[in-house]
Amino acid sequence: MTVFLLAILLFFIGLYGVLVKRNLMKIVIGLAIMEYGVNLLFVLIGYSKGGTAPIWSRGMSEGTAMVDPIPQALVLTSIVIGLATTALIAAFAVRIYEKYGNMDVRQIRKLKG
Amino acid sequence: MITLLFLLLGIMILGAIIALESRDLLSSIICLGIIGYSLTIIFVILQAPDLAIVQIIIETMTLVILIAAVLKTDREDTTETFGWRKMLIWGFGLVVIFLVMMAAVRAYRHLPAFASPSLQIAAYYIDQGLALTGAANIVAAIILDFRGYDTLGEATVLFTAVVGTMTVLRKTGRKEK
Amino acid sequence: MKSGMTPIVRWTARFMTPFIMVLGFYVILHGHLTPGGGFAGGVFIGGAYFLMVLAYGSDEAKSVFYKRRASLFECAGIFVFWFLAVLGLLRNGVFFLNVLQNAAPGKPYAVFSAGIIPLCNLAIGIEVAAGLFSMFITLAVLSRKEKP
Repeated sequence: MTVFLLAILLFFIGLYGVLVKRNLMKIVIGLAIMEYGVNLLFVLIGYSKGGTAPIWSRGMSEGTAMVDPIPQALVLTSIVIGLATTALIAAFAVRIYEKYGNMDVRQIRKLKG
Repeated sequence: MITLLFLLLGIMILGAIIALESRDLLSSIICLGIIGYSLTIIFVILQAPDLAIVQIIIETMTLVILIAAVLKTDREDTTETFGWRKMLIWGFGLVVIFLVMMAAVRAYRHLPAFASPSLQIAAYYIDQGLALTGAANIVAAIILDFRGYDTLGEATVLFTAVVGTMTVLRKTGRKEK
Repeated sequence: MKSGMTPIVRWTARFMTPFIMVLGFYVILHGHLTPGGGFAGGVFIGGAYFLMVLAYGSDEAKSVFYKRRASLFECAGIFVFWFLAVLGLLRNGVFFLNVLQNAAPGKPYAVFSAGIIPLCNLAIGIEVAAGLFSMFITLAVLSRKEKP
């Protein structure tokens, strides 16, 4: 169970980055760390000791122990969508810097350009 | 195998803390790369080859995009100061994380322990998957036959994210000063 | 990212891109037999395009502007996926039914088996590859200040 707690700790370190940090790029990095933590927690729940990858090949006996394939199916698309959202937010950050000249969130709020 | 898992998790948490507290932004992004590639090794240890393939390529692309974004903006984070305010924030953060961990321990006590899941629905998929769908890859059979509707939703979300990027970043035709 | 890289890097990128694309198509087509599938193969092909855009620079990518074709492929990919799902609805009244497997089951472990799963993999692979390519072209080309 400590493995689950470490994955949750990784998620909360990312959440700390999103809430507390003042630089825009640190907020983007915090978001990416949150996404890694969630994917890791999903795949950790589905692991079973002594199981192999859930793919049949020729010559495998009928009663082979396999790990849980459902969390892997859910995480597979989540990783690709995570790339799309991280790229989108990084593009937003570059646009904001071009318009305001500053990456500090408090200074941007004061400028109101 | 379990000790390697703990070692990699420790490296990931240490890398996450360094990535968020570093003053140089390129070092932060390299630490993000450490987290991503350690996650690839963890996926291989946890017997998930599909995820390892996708994660390593996506991690490389994310690093390139973030490094390009950092090179176009400030390279140094000037808001990081080390004073009593930061110690106060760290203390408060530690208290909040401790409370959340207490709640998580109470919630996760009822799950089966690590490396022994209950496998109730998945037993049906593993036993009948090859006979019902004819696909040897059970993960592909799940995402395209047993749960194909979810995959339609995920493909739509990816499509929406790409269309959103293209809408926000197109040339507006306005004169910049 | 504007002017691209040295000729050695350009030659290597041009040399490696066909191999990466062939590997991507292999992973998509054998998605029901080996690890991978539509998403992994689509990411491979998007990565090959990404390599070409990085090696040749955003100035040259702007002059060979394939944005409309990439957008067409992306829409076509998701439309074919939706059409395969509706095909089950038209045949037997169940959304996403595996019509080809019920009508003409193939041998297991063969490439032409498992009903509509390889076709769905192909549609998803094209959609993911074209989507990633559109996003990279947009990020590389259009994120500069427009000079009046």
